[in-house]
Amino acid sequence: MVASAHASPSTAPISITLRVWRQAGPNQPGKFVEYPAKDLNPNMSFLEMLDVVNDELERKGEDPIAFAHDCREGICGTCSLVINGKPHGPHRGVASCQTYMRSFADGDVIVVEPFRAKPFPVIKDLISDRGAFDQIQQAGGFITARAGSAPDANAIPVPKDNADLAMDAAQCIGCGACVAACKNASAMLFVAAKVSHLGLLPQGQAERDQRVLAMVSKMDELGFGNCTNQYECSAACPKLISHDFIARMNRDYIGATFRQAFRPKSLSTAGGA
Amino acid sequence: MASLDSKIPSGPLADKWRKHKTEIKLVNPANKRKYHVVVVGAGLAGASSAASLADLGYQVTCIVFHDSPRRAHSIAAQGGINAAKNYQNDGDSVHRLFYDTLKGGDYRAREANVHRLAEVSVNIIDQCAALGVPFAREYGGLLANRSFGGAQVSRTFYARGQTGQQLLLGAYSSLSRCVGQGTVKLVTEHEMSDLVVVEGQAKGIITRDLKTGKLHRWSADAVILATGGYGNVFNLSTYARGSNATAAWRAYKRGACFANPCFTQIHPTCIPVSGDYQSKLTLMSESLRNDGRIWVPKKKEDCKKDPNSIPEADRDYFLERIYPSFGNLAPRDVSSRAAKRMCDEGRGVGETGLGVYLDYSDAIQRYGKQAAARANLQNPSAEKIRELGEAAVAERYGNLFDIYKEITDESAYKTPMRIYPAVHYTMGGLWVDYNLMSNIPGLFVLGEANFSDHGANRLGASALMQGLADGFFVIPYTIGDYLATQKPGSRPSADRPEFAAAEKNVADMIAKLLAIKGKEPVNYYHKKLGKIMWDYCGMSRTEEGLIKAIGLIQNLRAEFWAGVNVPGSAETLNQALERALRLADFIELGELMCRDALERRESCGGHFREEFQWPDGECKRDDENFAHVAAWEYQGEDKVPLRNIEPLNYEFTKMSVRSYK
Amino acid sequence: MSLLANLFSSSIGRKFLMAITGLILTGFAFGHLLGNLQIFGHPDQINGYAHFLQGLGPALWLVRLVLLAAVVIHVWAAVALTLESKSARGPEKYGVHKWLTATLASRTMRITGLVVLAFVVYHILHFTVGLAGTDYYKGNIPAVTLSQDVREFGFPLAARGTEAEDVYSMIFIGFSSPVVSLFYILATALLAIHLWHGADSMFQTIGLRSNKWSASLRKVVGLLALAYFAGNLAIPGAILTGLAKPAPGTYAAQHLATTPAPATQAAR
Ligand SMILES: Cc1cc2nc3c(=O)[nH]c(=O)nc-3n(C[C@H](O)[C@H](O)[C@H](O)COP(=O)(O)OP(=O)(O)OC[C@H]3O[C@@H](n4cnc5c(N)ncnc54)[C@H](O)[C@@H]3O)c2cc1C
Ligand code: HEM
Ligand code: HEM
Ligand code: SF4
Ligand code: F3S
Ligand code: FES
Repeated sequence: MVASAHASPSTAPISITLRVWRQAGPNQPGKFVEYPAKDLNPNMSFLEMLDVVNDELERKGEDPIAFAHDCREGICGTCSLVINGKPHGPHRGVASCQTYMRSFADGDVIVVEPFRAKPFPVIKDLISDRGAFDQIQQAGGFITARAGSAPDANAIPVPKDNADLAMDAAQCIGCGACVAACKNASAMLFVAAKVSHLGLLPQGQAERDQRVLAMVSKMDELGFGNCTNQYECSAACPKLISHDFIARMNRDYIGATFRQAFRPKSLSTAGGA
Repeated sequence: MASLDSKIPSGPLADKWRKHKTEIKLVNPANKRKYHVVVVGAGLAGASSAASLADLGYQVTCIVFHDSPRRAHSIAAQGGINAAKNYQNDGDSVHRLFYDTLKGGDYRAREANVHRLAEVSVNIIDQCAALGVPFAREYGGLLANRSFGGAQVSRTFYARGQTGQQLLLGAYSSLSRCVGQGTVKLVTEHEMSDLVVVEGQAKGIITRDLKTGKLHRWSADAVILATGGYGNVFNLSTYARGSNATAAWRAYKRGACFANPCFTQIHPTCIPVSGDYQSKLTLMSESLRNDGRIWVPKKKEDCKKDPNSIPEADRDYFLERIYPSFGNLAPRDVSSRAAKRMCDEGRGVGETGLGVYLDYSDAIQRYGKQAAARANLQNPSAEKIRELGEAAVAERYGNLFDIYKEITDESAYKTPMRIYPAVHYTMGGLWVDYNLMSNIPGLFVLGEANFSDHGANRLGASALMQGLADGFFVIPYTIGDYLATQKPGSRPSADRPEFAAAEKNVADMIAKLLAIKGKEPVNYYHKKLGKIMWDYCGMSRTEEGLIKAIGLIQNLRAEFWAGVNVPGSAETLNQALERALRLADFIELGELMCRDALERRESCGGHFREEFQWPDGECKRDDENFAHVAAWEYQGEDKVPLRNIEPLNYEFTKMSVRSYK
Repeated sequence: MSLLANLFSSSIGRKFLMAITGLILTGFAFGHLLGNLQIFGHPDQINGYAHFLQGLGPALWLVRLVLLAAVVIHVWAAVALTLESKSARGPEKYGVHKWLTATLASRTMRITGLVVLAFVVYHILHFTVGLAGTDYYKGNIPAVTLSQDVREFGFPLAARGTEAEDVYSMIFIGFSSPVVSLFYILATALLAIHLWHGADSMFQTIGLRSNKWSASLRKVVGLLALAYFAGNLAIPGAILTGLAKPAPGTYAAQHLATTPAPATQAAR
């Protein structure tokens, strides 16, 4: 068993055919174009395979396939390919950049598309604009604490369970695969992860109600769809963020809605001196 | 000749920063609104500075090439962030953190800067906890710490293996708040491609909109560069593919001095290279060295064997052997070179022979037994211990083991990881004074993009600390000292000829690249550059090699400008063009790095010149002749740049031979 | 008021309304099923029960109003949310799409819901208003006189000797038609599927679902949906196959003896 664990992975080269979505620009028609990719080392990553294909295209003076990427280690959330109908490719809990060619067989036809949703318009080829996520964050995804105003970090203990759960939610890399995978193009998983991360911590309580109301309202305004609890999002999520956070956000949102409706208003109108 | 006044405040070391803060010029709140600051970059340094300055009342525009500020390369930092909190009661203090950092940097950093860094480190943790960074906690709800290379105390705060991510998200959330409130204007997918200097002062930048290709002019009262490091000169590195030197390099070409460019850090624990298609190297966090033991077979003939079959007696735990007091936690440069020596001796492992083992079996046993004892198991079976041990290791390092498994298809729980050093951090960067201002007034440089705090080697968990220190706690004070000298509303119009000239400069370069229509793709040249740099300006350097490298790079540069094929147009998103523009800068910077390495005739920290070593292979510093910062000044196309010197005056610490034995 | 705005215009608010109305409708569906299962008892049982409900007067209307409101809100929200979601998916469809985990039930909610809506409309015309198949509508068949006191869990519903409409016969005659019965069976099967996802989903929507118990919840909901279907299948199923025959002496027994429905013939 130990020996088999060490057996070095097969390096027999494979050849595949790519069917890639090519689209010159936003609002332009796109189509699938086939590219052969031959003699690939199965240990190369999917993006490295695209690099190789692109080098070949560039050599011929053809426009390389545009695809988003940066860290190439599954943390920045830039890469965003739908590979054979699944955001981020065949494996669970990994990003596109962590997909390796050993997951495919010699002779496979691999269909590659951008993340799609109305709020994620395609910019070019396999790149879509996910700026909507930033807008949701700007609406409330923060704790207001200006530099220099913080108490000692240990002044507010955080129960380990809460800290762990908050970290589970905070791991979201903002890739948008949840939206891409959801039949409704709903951003619930992303927003829930954000809301839960801050809402689980004592530091996040002061703005908790306001945060969830503002972020959900921004999410709706941006034209994301409505969740029907299908959990495709968490299944496609490279960080396997749990849809339990969606339930948590639903509760928070409804609670905040009612609290806001019945909370007495301060009658003082006096401003600061 | 540039004037390099470090502006280090006088007085006792521990009082310098406090004193400076009280003496520094202030800008009154009504005037702050009138100053416009452009911040390039939104990593830890950029995001924290943009938010802090906006909160103070300045008008801030934050520009990044990424599609979202949250993607900055800071996101990839795994291990942790240092702070002299002494929460562990193990004798840590500001002074000790200061001393460790200075010593870790092999006495090539400024005392005053490093001390300030250690001082504000404590505020960083407070600030980040307040922002909701989910740091690891103990059962009592208080913050947990771990130990990191180059330190004998546990002062590293962490959030699982994603500390950089969580800190960046904290800084990003502050930035987002400001954007939402309208106090920061955020501009994404714009790459800074030139600096505009008006009457000797930095007054704006030129950016290229990566989506439309349009060039934009931004006029400002001050410009902050927080654009990260330039390790991608080596092509293969632990950096994100998009990390680039362009902003810093164009500033250099406008007169900003580039300090200590040859100081690059090679991180000991990365996944070894596997093929020539490879596009990046993945770091296995230094925290793995806490519990993992590094070894190679004693006998060459064992190198290709299954490591589990090699008996204890035939293993050489070389770090523990050579550096008994720091063992597997010796600093990065020291550990990296030791690993290289083992491989050079022919005892490297893996297919290429460029690798050493990082073994968790002892840790699994140890944790397994502890867990069994905690669970009150009498005579637990070996399997049970293994199972408990693996679970304990998974809890601490699970994500790293997962990454390793994904990349190599091997389980590091069962068989030792193979690791090898890789380029990871650049200590060099644009020269800045104590106020973080470059020699071009009005140009400030923060985070990894400056050279300031890590000397010749950066300790683990110190870059995150520096980025946030610069952005949250230093620049908010020091920028005022400059702005107070500028008349409110005196910022130049973007119609001035300096802006037009800078814009034309960029447009010309783009047109030139597109017109070549040569034979080879951009990557072809980048790989070549990387190989030259790694071979001659990597882990160890020689005079002969460096001279050769300079020639090779000059040739490569000519080949590139004659033979690259950049398809497409400048008017759309064109990733080949982006890569080509960045590579053009890397090639020139690579040459400068070699020059710097050549001129620094000593070994120190990450800079190892084979000619200068102690008999045991350790760095032989030359404090007499090289206790200084080398700040290179651009002299014009194809002219040899000028090497300026800022002497390092150690008033409070004695420069001693760095020993981790 | 932002309470109403949040509930009626936000995504989560409308989902919440769907969950609450869904809960009401589910409650009704189960209650109604239990009531209907009395068909297998003495004819007086269900007739007395129906009589009691008819006699509730304003209370009956209140319940009907609540139910109607629930249906309207439920359907309105379903339609509004669905249209938004469809548009959010964007103009360009995926070339290849793969389901990862979504259950068949969850993927067919819109269809099952609409068929159920159509069914309910038909059913009300059928049994409550009597527009479909008027010849055996309860109003067209002779009333019965209860031969015993009718009680439910000891609670008196109708006294012996009361004149009541012959719901018992209406149901037997109604379900003697295979077309009608099969439609009922199909519709209730779809409803059970709707509930299978719906009841589980409801907990998620109101925020009371987590990995600690979602597996158990799924099982319980699955069993309930199955039980619901079994119950609803039993009534037309038993009548159609002849396993349940109208009690001798009832109008239905006489009526079916003279004009046997085709399926009942075949079964013999
Ligand atoms: C794999 C890895 C692990 C690490 N782990 C640790 C660790 O555990 N502890 C630690 O202390 N340090 C660690 N480091 C180092 C640390 O992460 C970095 O030094 C630090 O985050 C740099 O932050 P920064 O803000 O200076 O720059 P970055 O985070 O690199 O941000 C650069 C910003 O500048 C922008 N930018 C760059 N160029 C341009 C341009 N031309 N135009 C417009 N915008 C531009 C980018 O968009 C980005 O927003 C690690 C580094 C790596 C590679
Ligand atoms: C085999 C199954 C069913 C039988 C035998 C049955 C029987 C009846 C009868 C007899 C009535 C009329 C009561 C009266 O007016 O006296 C009725 C009414 C009604 N049924 Fe059903 N039903 C069945 C299934 C369903 C289902 C699946 C639904 C939908 C959830 C449903 C919804 C209703 C409604 C909404 C009414 C009207 C209630 C009212 O008058 O306010 N029924 N049903
Ligand atoms: C009348 C026509 C109906 C339509 C068009 C309809 C449609 C829908 C739709 C589209 C959903 C959302 C699916 C989802 O969230 O995944 C839903 C949910 C639900 N429906 Fe219906 N439905 C109808 C009738 C009913 C009835 C009669 C019941 C109960 C007897 C019911 C119970 C539920 C429940 C419990 C939910 C779950 C709500 C939630 O997800 O929180 N529905 N329905
Ligand atoms: S929740 Fe998961 S899928 Fe969605 S953005 Fe975050 S990491 Fe990506
Ligand atoms: S897949 Fe879509 S339907 Fe909801 S649970 Fe996830 S957002
Ligand atoms: S490229 Fe960063 S997550 Fe894939």
